[in-house]
Formats: sequence, C-alpha cells, structure tokens
Amino acid sequence: MSVQRASRLSRGTLTLSLAAACFTPALGHAQDKIPGPSTVYSNPRASSSDPRVGLKPGLYDAGEAIFGLEKLASIPKPAGFAPGNFIPTVTPQIELPPANQPPRPPSVQFGSTNSDLAFSGNHVFVGNYNGINFYDIDNPAQVKLTTSLVCPGGQGDVSVYGHLLFMSAEAVNGRLDCGTQGLPLPEGFVPAQAPPRPANQAEETPEAERRPRTLPPADTNRFRGVRIFDIGKLSSPQQVAAVQTCRGSHTHTLVIDPNDKENVYIYVSGTGTVRQAAELSGCVSGDDPAANPDTSLFSIDIIKVPLAHPEQAKIVSSPRIFTDSQTGNINGLWKRGNHGPGTQTTSGTDKCHDITVYSGVGLAAGACSGNGLLLDIHDPVHPVRIDAVSDPNYAFWHSATFNNAGTKVLFTDEWGGGGQPRCRETDPMNWGADAIFELSNRKLKLASYYKMPASQSDLENCVAHNGSLIPIPGRDIFVQAWYQGGVSMVDFTDASRPFEVAYFDRGPLDAEKHGLGGYWSVYWYNGYIYGSEIARGVDVFKMTPSKFITQNEIDAANQVHFDILNVQNQPKITWPQNFVVAKAYLDQLARGNSVSASKISALGALIARVDVSQPEAADVAQLKTAGAALDKDAAQAKTPADAERMRALAAIFAKGGAAHF
Amino acid sequence: MPLVLCSSTLFGQVPSAADGSPAIVQPGAPGERSKILTKENVVLAPRAPSLADVSFMQGMIMHHSQAVDMTDLLRTRGRSKELQELGRRISISQSDEIKFMKRWLTDRNQATTMDMENMKGMDHKGHNMDSMALMPGMLTPVQMKELAHSSGARFDHLFLTGMIQHHNGALVMVEDLFNTAGAGQDPVLYDFATDIDNTQRAEIEIMKRMLEKEKK
Repeated sequence: MSVQRASRLSRGTLTLSLAAACFTPALGHAQDKIPGPSTVYSNPRASSSDPRVGLKPGLYDAGEAIFGLEKLASIPKPAGFAPGNFIPTVTPQIELPPANQPPRPPSVQFGSTNSDLAFSGNHVFVGNYNGINFYDIDNPAQVKLTTSLVCPGGQGDVSVYGHLLFMSAEAVNGRLDCGTQGLPLPEGFVPAQAPPRPANQAEETPEAERRPRTLPPADTNRFRGVRIFDIGKLSSPQQVAAVQTCRGSHTHTLVIDPNDKENVYIYVSGTGTVRQAAELSGCVSGDDPAANPDTSLFSIDIIKVPLAHPEQAKIVSSPRIFTDSQTGNINGLWKRGNHGPGTQTTSGTDKCHDITVYSGVGLAAGACSGNGLLLDIHDPVHPVRIDAVSDPNYAFWHSATFNNAGTKVLFTDEWGGGGQPRCRETDPMNWGADAIFELSNRKLKLASYYKMPASQSDLENCVAHNGSLIPIPGRDIFVQAWYQGGVSMVDFTDASRPFEVAYFDRGPLDAEKHGLGGYWSVYWYNGYIYGSEIARGVDVFKMTPSKFITQNEIDAANQVHFDILNVQNQPKITWPQNFVVAKAYLDQLARGNSVSASKISALGALIARVDVSQPEAADVAQLKTAGAALDKDAAQAKTPADAERMRALAAIFAKGGAAHF
Repeated sequence: MPLVLCSSTLFGQVPSAADGSPAIVQPGAPGERSKILTKENVVLAPRAPSLADVSFMQGMIMHHSQAVDMTDLLRTRGRSKELQELGRRISISQSDEIKFMKRWLTDRNQATTMDMENMKGMDHKGHNMDSMALMPGMLTPVQMKELAHSSGARFDHLFLTGMIQHHNGALVMVEDLFNTAGAGQDPVLYDFATDIDNTQRAEIEIMKRMLEKEKK
C-alpha cells in the first residue's frame, strides 16, 4: 500500500525536519513588507512570430503549438461532465413575475469545469465542479476512465492518501448527499420581497442595517467543506465523512506529520461568504474584528483525520495566522488596496487561497490573497507564521511551490480570477505572473517575475495557475498551467533570471465567444506530464530533448518515482547516485564555464568505460580521483548551481556510480 | 526511454463494470450507500439558470456601465493624476466584466438588459431612471448631473465619494445574490461574483485612502 511504500521518502523527510527544527523559531509578529515599485527582472514578452500567437480556434480541433514536449493523448471529458451534456444546477424561478419568459438553457457551454489533479499508484484523480473522474494511467498514451464520481460542489480540489480521497466543496449548490438538484426551497416557502433600497445610502450604512431581507432558509442538506471518500474499492467510492466549514473549501492541502502515523491533517482554505449560524453553528460573519472578534474570516481551518476512523474527521483548530503579534489584531496583514500610484490593486488578507506544505523542510508557503506567507508547521495543528510578503504587482496571491532544496518559493498571482484574458499584448509581464522569491534564514526576498511570454487573444482567459516541479537533478524546473495560455515550463535555477524551456498551447475554444477553458493544473508524475483542461478534458505529455534540456536530463528525471503525489503536499525529491544522473549533471556543466569542454568530454568517456558490467579497475580508480578533483574544484565554480552539480557528481564518482536503484 | 513502474498494489482489483465500461457512481451522504448511474441518466435534460442569477447579471451590467460613464467624465474633468490612473483601471476592469456578463447572458439566451416591463421610469439607455429603478449604490440622476458639471478638485472629490458609494452597491448586490434562496448556484457565476467582491473591496480601500489624503 502507498502508506508503506512511501517510507523511503518519509525517512528523508524526517531527517530534514529535525534539522530545520534546530533553527530558532522567529516571532510571529507582522512583517508586512511593502516594497516600492519593483526593479527586479521580469522575463520579456515573446515576439509576435512566436508559434503560439494566432492559433486557430476550436474545441477539439484548435491549432496547436508545441516545443520541448510531445502530446501523447487527449481524453475528452466523459458523460455528465462533457460539453453539451452538463447542465448547470437549476434553481427555483422565484424572483420575477410569471409573465416573464422563463430563461432558456445555455447555447454555448463547455460542460462542467475540470480542476485540480491528484495521483496515486496507476491512477490520476481529476477534480471537476461536478465530481471527480478516476483514470487508469498504466499506459499514459492510452489513459482509461475507471470511474466517474458524481458529486457537485466546486471546485473539486482533490487529494488522495491510501484509500481515502478528499474533495473540496465551496459552491452553494453542494449537497451532503451529492445530489445534482441543488437546494430547492421547502414547499410553501415564499421569499419576502426585498424593500426598495435608496440608491445613495449604500455608503456608510452599517452592515446589519443593510440587510432587512429574508435570508434563504438554512439548509442542513447543504454541504460546503471537505468530503472524504473511501476508494478502497475503486469502482464504488463511498462517502465516509463530510466536514462542514464556515467558508466552504476553495482548496485544501493534505498534511502528513512525520511524527504522527495515526492521523493525517487537512489545511482548508475557504474563500466563500460566511454561512449563517443557523445553517452551521459557530459561523460568524463580519470583517471588522473589533465588532466581531469571533469572525470566521482571518483564519484557516485544520481538519484532523484519524486514519483508522476517517468518519471521525473534524476541525481541530482554526489558527489566526494573520495576527499582528504586537497589536493582537487578527486582521494583521494586507488590508486591501494598492501600493501607491501605478501599482496593482491587491485583495485583502482575510483568507488563504492555497497552501503548499513542504514537510521536508518543516515549512509551508501560504498564498493568502493579499500576502505570501511562510509558516512553520512542525506542529501541524498550530502553524506559526514566520514571514509575510506583499508585492506591488500582485492582485491575488494564489499558490506556492518550493524548489526542491527549499531555498526558493515560486508564488503565482491569479490577477482577474482566472476567467479573464490577462496575457494580452497590453497586459504587463509582471502582472498575473509568477513571483520567484529566494528563501534564506526563513525570510523571503523577491528575485524576479516570470510570465508565459506569448501574447494571447482577448478570447483566451489566461493568468498564472497551478504547476509542479519537474525532477531534473541540478536544476529548478517548474511546469505550469496558464489556462488558455497553455502549458509553460520555466527554469528558475537562477532565481533572478527565469527562462522558458518548453511549452504547449492551443487556440481559443471558440472563434467569437469567450469560453472558460485551458489548463487548471499541469503536473509531472512518474515520467509524464498531465494537464487538466477545464473544457477539453485531460492531456498527457512527455518531455522531448531540446536546446534547453537533454535526453540525459529527461532520463535522470524519469528515475524519480512517486507512489502518491498531492502536489501541494510537496514531496522531497531524491535521486539515485548513478551514472544516469551523472550524465545529466555533466550536460549541465557543459552549458557553463565552470569545467572545460575537454574535461567534460574526458569525464563522459570515463563514465562510458566504467558504466559496464565489468569495468577495468584502473578506470574505477580514475573515476574516484576525478571525483575528488571535482569536489575540490567546486569551490571555484562560476555559479552556485555549477558548484552544486560538481559536488553531486563527485559524490556519484566516489561511490563508483554503482548505485543503480 | 522513460519507464513507469506501476508496481503499486493500491488498486489491484478490476475497477470497472463487468462489461469493461467505466463505473458512474453517485455517493450518498456519509454512511449512506452510493448509487450506480448510467451514461444515459447522468446526462440531465437541459435546464435553465435561475432568474435571480439572470437579473444579477443584467443589473450588474447596468451598474458597471455607470462606472464606465463616470470614468469617461474623469478623463476630461478630473485633476489628480493618481485618480486618473485609478479611473483608467476601473474603466478597463468594469468594461472587461461587462463583456463577460454579456457573454454569460447570451450564452444562456438571455437579454443583456433588464425587461423594460420591470424597469418603469427608465429610458432605453438606462441613464435617465428614477432612483427606485437604480441598482444599489448607483448614483442618482441628480448626483450624475452634479458630477458632470463639476471639475478639478471638486470633481475628484465627488468622483471618489460617488465611486465608493457605487462600489459598495456592488458588494450589496453580491451579498444579496448569495442571500437569495436558490441563487448563485451556477459555478461560473459563483466565481465571477466572488471575484467582483474581492476586487471592488480592494478598490474601495484605495479610494478611501485618497479621500483621507484630500483632507490633509
């Protein structure tokens, strides 16, 4: 089972966590840095001759442009989710007099929205606003649908652990029983007509007085929170628990405490409006903490899931991670607004949008609407904020990814909320972009921005979205979804000079009408790259060699194997110390000036002589000598990345490259 | 050649139905049994969006159009550079959103303006209505006239107070939508309304800060 098979990863995780615990935890006081107008590097826009500019529109026959990747398969969404046969939930027509023509159904639609991905064994779980689809990826070129789980609620953020499958629900149409009918009104319910509101009294009217209306009846059938399914029998998932939260669950993150084998934890990022207390007790609305100290805003929810009894899952804490420790104000971080003339308008930090935990370094990075947060999660139930950054070019802090060494964090900005075209020629390259931070002494420092460089049309919703690391040793490479801007793979090894290394893009969904589409998430899993396309289904890619990535580097990445992958529960990647990996490092050194070309080709030849079943003793000895020399020369390397590569290569040579595991 | 070792035994059992087709399962409430659906019954008959959703979108188009009118005035009558810059942004975002809302409505075969039967006292451009027909926060004809006839610092002040009032109205509309039984259940509309709430709140903060500065 996955739980045991993950043990190799877990051991590495434990060691590093202990090391990180030796740092003195910083005080959690408000460190709301407000930098001036940015002067850091931002990658340039591609020229209008980029093959991605002006692609032909179409749902399944759009023009495509591809570089450094090969598309192996495209699987349209199945029945119940596909364009043409998904129906938005009907609601009672109570608002206008019956003389009014009843509205007709949508004419153009692309089915229900595909969202996030999770992986376990030979399956990928594709979240959707209407449920989850399970696909068998034994043969990634021939992906097979195993099960469609129908359970509306949006956004359908998914995680998997052992036989448990977790799903976020935040929309108001979600039902405890997974029904597709939404929440009809009780029989005989007559909504009160809203009293006419004098137009000019909206300002400064106290919140309570603005609402003299009849609220919809609280409905205990409504579900907003995190669902837990038992998928032990994959063809017949059962719902075992449904943990309600006050703001629903926009996203969630699986958290595994290396010291707790009995439970897993779920960090819930809820972004919806606060529910009525009559529907879920304990929920308190109001964005003024002075008036509503128990407000359900300004926190995340943490669910504890006992593995032996998942049905007992419940919220165990709702930490106030935005608190200003000096004043005690729970609204202690970014308060909404801009950062001065010409800067971006940034949402307020009353919620997190998504959190990525990296237990390997004992940290989590929170993308929390108006701020990027760094959290110490050694005690997973009580995360402690250790740093918070804001940015004058950021509209909405959306997601975060650490590099494998834990020395950088790549944040994304979902300017426009994902539904808007934000990659047009006129849109700034440092808006709606990735912001790459260096992480040192538990402090974040902005180093650069990266945005998918090819201009997109007005018809294509496009902005930075979800991605994962590509495990090429010696480099930090991130493959990322940009909605209808396609897939872009970025190298951020040098945090101050990110550059694109591969891409895939399609034309818009429709020639005239804007439709919501493109990639929600694009993640690497065991040699392949999977993309969940909002409208079109699932696409599978593999890397191909290019001027930016060699076959040796691809081969080295493909030696990494995950038994399970929930991208926001970021795994620590380790590589075997063998010649496959050595060749990747050698290719990387050949791009720089730290090791001479003649030396590199000599080392390549030496590897070839030793990488046989019965190498000459003299060659093995020479390899060890070469390793020692590399280790020594690393001090004079031209870049820190080259120094790391030389040391890693030296370590492989010291072991004779024999670690073929 | 990349090789995936699919050695995990997590999903050892044959997952699909006897005929090899994928299972379509609708779980029940926690502890309840799941139902098996078929390809045929998972496809529901076309159904319509809620009228509350439709009126929200139609009303918000009217509401946003006024903001665009106000920023048009700002271009020629305002004084503060900072405010001009903000106005440009508001104009772009509200125009984009108007386009989005019109698409949402036309995709569902809905009119992009409210039924005139329900909009007594409003002319066809929707500019000359009495205050009863206005969406929350919209400036009254009197307020709009005052704005159009002022300039310089006076204009800037009226613009700021007017736009704060206007944006607050959008928040009220979003809140009302989510407080209406049965409304806001279209996922696209849900995301859109949530985003409006986020961005308008942020813009209100900016404008409040500018008002503070005026006093100094």
